Amino acid sequence: MCGVVGLLLRDRALQPRLGELLVPMIEALDERGPDSSGIAVYADRRVADAPPTLRLSLGADEDVDWLALGCSLLEVAASGAELQRFGAGLVLDLPEASLDAVQQRLSMEWPQVRVLGTGWNLRVLKDTGRPADTCARYAIASWEGYLAVAHTRMATESAVTVLHSHPFVPSRDLCVVHNGSFSNYATVRRHLLDDGVRFDSDNDSEVAARYLASRLQFGDDLAEATRWVMKEMDGFFTLVITSADEMSVVRDAFACKPAVVAETPAYVAVASEYRALAELPGITEATVFEPRPEEVYTWRR
Amino acid sequence: METLNGREALDCTVMLDCDDLGTRAVNRALRSLPGGSCVFARAPRGRHNLAVGLATEIAITVDGNAGYFLGGLCGAKDGSGPAIVVNGFVGWSVGENLMGGSVRVRGSASQSAGASARGGRIFIEGDASLRAGISLKGGTLAVAGDAGAMTGFMAQAGTILIGGNAGHALGDSLYEAVIYVQGSIASLGADAMVDEMTDDDVLVVKRLVEESGFDHIEPDRITKVASARQLYHFSTHNHGTY
Repeated sequence: MCGVVGLLLRDRALQPRLGELLVPMIEALDERGPDSSGIAVYADRRVADAPPTLRLSLGADEDVDWLALGCSLLEVAASGAELQRFGAGLVLDLPEASLDAVQQRLSMEWPQVRVLGTGWNLRVLKDTGRPADTCARYAIASWEGYLAVAHTRMATESAVTVLHSHPFVPSRDLCVVHNGSFSNYATVRRHLLDDGVRFDSDNDSEVAARYLASRLQFGDDLAEATRWVMKEMDGFFTLVITSADEMSVVRDAFACKPAVVAETPAYVAVASEYRALAELPGITEATVFEPRPEEVYTWRR
Repeated sequence: METLNGREALDCTVMLDCDDLGTRAVNRALRSLPGGSCVFARAPRGRHNLAVGLATEIAITVDGNAGYFLGGLCGAKDGSGPAIVVNGFVGWSVGENLMGGSVRVRGSASQSAGASARGGRIFIEGDASLRAGISLKGGTLAVAGDAGAMTGFMAQAGTILIGGNAGHALGDSLYEAVIYVQGSIASLGADAMVDEMTDDDVLVVKRLVEESGFDHIEPDRITKVASARQLYHFSTHNHGTY
């Protein structure tokens, strides 16, 4: 199974309530994906942050002394870097010029730690266990922002760990969550490995995410890159893809995996099942529809 | 039983609030009611498995959007069963394996509407998504609007009526179910063919229009799709490869 959720707010007044709207959506899909979950939230940075710092969300499958890790990374980062505990890991804001040094320190001294996501507006949290519990543990209802994407996982292809959880963030501010399964992912991954792409897990969905990012690197726009995923990746999927200013949804040719969209002047919401949308404000007046197979739907901020 | 469908909340003696009850409690309550009862269930909020496995002739109004398998496994072998009306849309597999009675959806239905229904009638006032009537085994499915790709996939027996357009691969690998389409057909599936409308077909469509109330459907505008019977019959011509 697995559950996917995307919520793009059009009404700025709703931004302080993003987490509050998101949590019931995730809870409704808890039983579709009870083994682990992940949530990414996009929020505008304060103007005072200019020039904005790059934001890294860090996580690991093993126990990590996050305080020691934070100190270790701040040693090599330029001034202006900040960090905070976030979810099961931490979030590090740093000047872009410090990225190489931080990544080098991570790979040399903290090989068990992975960057779950990098971006300007993005924070990523992943954890194992019931998604509803994860929402409560990290007070996700209090989060603010303009766009969120979430995933509840029922693993079929690879292990249940933090690093195997969605969303996958293959490039800056780009998130992919997937309900379904790919059958030719090992082949595609071999090609990507040959091209120098690195993977954090052996998850089939991560292959789709990194393939998408590789197409974007070739210069495709998001819609075109998504069509490449449909063409080259064999399997069943409902994918929700988000960037800093867009949200897309696409389903395989047979629409094997469910998806429902609700659109109002205030927001666009997508979820695996309608019951995840049922508590959204104004849902009775929303335009509710199922995305057609093999059609790329994109909404801009 | 159709007349019971016309009843509104005020006529109903039994009120169920889905906000107060778990799905099993809702279904237990429905199962405990004597024939002829009228039930009004509020706040389904897209929940799955509502009003399933009921054999008695009761009238149920589900007031809102429902989730998967609404009305599944309902009805008895003799074709009797509950008359269920949904004031909203439904998720996957409405009336799955229906045996008798009726399910009327005021909105649209997601995928696999009426999957493997053996009897009873399913009326969708809006559109039906992909694979409507998949593996139909004798039930009746009428869709006022459009039906998605692969409608009638491997349907063995029964009738599908589509008031709007049909998607790609209509009637793919069809057995002996018959599909009537008023609008366009995007494409026929393997072994499905357009067949001649007989006088008997006209009567079948007329009766279904009366029962469904889908009076925008006119028998003389109907295209009949049935199995070409090339796929599932063994042929002596091919005996060497069997």
